[in-house]
Amino acid sequence: MGTVGLKLVTIVAEPVLEERLVEALHRLGARGHTVAEVRGAGSRGMRASDPPGQGVRIEVVVSAEAAARILDHVAEHYFPHYAVIAFVADVAVVRGDKYV
Amino acid sequence: MTDILAQNLLSPVTLAFVLGVLARLARSEFQLPKDIYAGVSIYLLLAIGLHGGVELSRASLDQILAPVLVTLGIGAFTPVSSYLVLRRLGGFGPQDAAGIAAHYGSVSAVTFIAAQQFVSGMGEPSELFMPALLTLLESPGIHVALVIGVLASRAPGSEARPIRATLHEVLTGRTLVLLVGGLVVGFLMGERNWEAIQLLYDTKGSIFKGMLVVFLLEMGVVAAARLGDLGKVGPFLLGFGIGMPLVHGALGTWLGTLAGLGAGGATVLGAMAASASYIAAPPAVRLTLPEANPTFSLTASLAITFPFNILVGIPVYYQIAKLAQAG
Repeated sequence: MGTVGLKLVTIVAEPVLEERLVEALHRLGARGHTVAEVRGAGSRGMRASDPPGQGVRIEVVVSAEAAARILDHVAEHYFPHYAVIAFVADVAVVRGDKYV
Repeated sequence: MTDILAQNLLSPVTLAFVLGVLARLARSEFQLPKDIYAGVSIYLLLAIGLHGGVELSRASLDQILAPVLVTLGIGAFTPVSSYLVLRRLGGFGPQDAAGIAAHYGSVSAVTFIAAQQFVSGMGEPSELFMPALLTLLESPGIHVALVIGVLASRAPGSEARPIRATLHEVLTGRTLVLLVGGLVVGFLMGERNWEAIQLLYDTKGSIFKGMLVVFLLEMGVVAAARLGDLGKVGPFLLGFGIGMPLVHGALGTWLGTLAGLGAGGATVLGAMAASASYIAAPPAVRLTLPEANPTFSLTASLAITFPFNILVGIPVYYQIAKLAQAG
């Protein structure tokens, strides 16, 4: 089965942001998403969650253009005041038309 | 006074809390599984709602009117007083001051329950409609503080978030749904159906108290996990975390007495006024005032004020209530 090159965008954030981030991802071109509950710590230390210290990892597979839009959006609205990281990786997927 | 303090320190609830703190400080791997923590907190909230609702069906309107008005007054006052103290005396910026004030304006349900158990143990049980007052105090404090913060800074850091969204979130949060829902269910089913479920939900019963012990054990772990941040928040906030509850607690106890509550009820109202939220307030503040540093508000409410109230504050408010009753 042939594969298509797309972008995997991963965002790890405070759980309070989950709803807003997922809404934004779909607005910016994602057709689906995956959320996992995670634990960890970063430069900001404590997270406002109950129980404290939890985080969410949100992943989407999108086109290169959508990936750029998503990163810009996250950088503009969330990097300044929230515990958020975001990164992009190249992935090869089957059924490429499912994602764009 | 020392007698009362000792009696409080040796109660199973307080000892369990201390055990949790020690376990965490000793770096024990012990921790209540997340789902059990959530389950126990749901049970506790539902139980005080149900039991309070049944008792509410027996209370008369004029018995409860004055305490309701006083409670709403406290809900409007504590966030403002906290904000002004933090801003004027503590030198905090508007967002940080409002963020912390939102925590102190709201209420900690566990502190409420601990106070209720303490006064029953002293032989002066509080009026059983107190859970209805708890529901009134949770939400206004958060919103008064958030509105102050938004108006004072007028610089929404990220996408502007309408207060309406926060209002929805707090009003549909676990605490209010279970408390208000429990009160309504308890009120509607009344005395007659209470007997069938009393064994499980009686807040004076052994099952409820036993579950509270488990919960306080975990609260000890959670609070102790924040102790490492005490150094980051500075001496002012340390003093604030103890001084502010004493002021609000004395005020709440005194107003409760004026409103006709007995020594037990006035103590519980004082503990409610003195307590700081760490469940409903943090996400609301985080989303509405993103520039407020959560380390300040969470450390103050969870690592300072919560343990202070559990260990020392509640007996002190009780003593104030006794003096107020006598005078």
